[in-house]
Amino acid sequence: MSAREGAASDKDTTAFDASSFILDHIADSHEWHILTKKNGEGVAIYLPVILYSKEKGLNIFSSRKLADGREYKGYKVVEQESDLKGKIVSVNEAGEIDAKNLPLDFSMTKTVIGMLAAALIGMWLFISLSRSYKKTGISQPKGIQSFLEPAVLFVRDDIAIPNIGEHHYEKYMPYLLSVFFFILINNVMGLIPFPPPFGANVTGNIALTFVLAACTFFITQFSGNKTYWKHIFAAPGVPFWLLPIMIPVEIIGLFSKPFALMIRLFANITAGHIIVLSLICLIFIFDSLSIAPVSIFFVIFMDCLELLVAFLQAYIFTLLSSLFIGMAMPEEHH
Amino acid sequence: MTGTMAAVGAGLAVIGAGLGIGRIGGSAMDAIARQPEAYSKIQLAMIIAAALVEGAALFAIVVALIAKA
Repeated sequence: MSAREGAASDKDTTAFDASSFILDHIADSHEWHILTKKNGEGVAIYLPVILYSKEKGLNIFSSRKLADGREYKGYKVVEQESDLKGKIVSVNEAGEIDAKNLPLDFSMTKTVIGMLAAALIGMWLFISLSRSYKKTGISQPKGIQSFLEPAVLFVRDDIAIPNIGEHHYEKYMPYLLSVFFFILINNVMGLIPFPPPFGANVTGNIALTFVLAACTFFITQFSGNKTYWKHIFAAPGVPFWLLPIMIPVEIIGLFSKPFALMIRLFANITAGHIIVLSLICLIFIFDSLSIAPVSIFFVIFMDCLELLVAFLQAYIFTLLSSLFIGMAMPEEHH
Repeated sequence: MTGTMAAVGAGLAVIGAGLGIGRIGGSAMDAIARQPEAYSKIQLAMIIAAALVEGAALFAIVVALIAKA
């Protein structure tokens, strides 16, 4: 600390708030924060805000107009600690927040951009894969084929065929492959801190995992055959007076399995990000550079573990999805 | 107060996860010692079981995070 007599210190004197730092980095936001300069200004990529409300219609503008709590076209980001914190609300001229009619927020936030970038990367990988197959035909794999072909065959031979069976698995391969690579690419992209399309916490967003689990749920229900529904509503061998208990239990089981899928992926990825961010925050909590080698060593170790978790969670989500799909098509026992 | 109780709850959940994954690892090591040729199959099953047990512990972490906020 340099001795600056008479000059106001520009060092931040408030204690470092680790938990809000971590939660801000995990949460979604309307701007892609890159760094904060010494004078408090932020350098960020301001993402588009797309709002639709019945009174004001469709509004598309850059989130820079809403940065730092400013108000624009009657919209404002809520900054106080409340249920609506971080959301965009309409304010009237007096500055009162209209808490009942929230505008529909279709903005391209950090998570949306990260997800679209992952989708583009996935599309580029697989379109170039299919193009290289068209050129060389079915022969010795080379280039991108030698990297992706074992993965695709792994999903087919170790995940789809054992669980769904050899007669029906082909219908579900597109979904299983899509879900496996989507989750994998998003997990890995969340581990890379920058440049901007990387480093967005996509799979750690419960809305996204909810949609993936809902996809699995609907595919499972639409592929159920008669035996499956019979097992839920009138399981063989159950005396009739037990049915009022068994049917609700079975229906709860129907919903709890995709629910577990959703929470498992969300919690694993978010917990990993929280751990890595906390280890980096150690440097700021102790406020000395000498803790940095220890912290960086632990961060590298946790990042390796997170890479394993990224692959594992993609594999487990796909495995359990295929298991549920397979269980929806049971063979007749008698 | 809720913050402390949430932290204690999360810690208790991790005890269960630690015990579970420890047992899985122990059984896997016994199995590998009995039959070293089946090493890769046993390792795969162990990793899958460990991920599922960890999923259960993470349920508790999510509940703790919700209870704190």
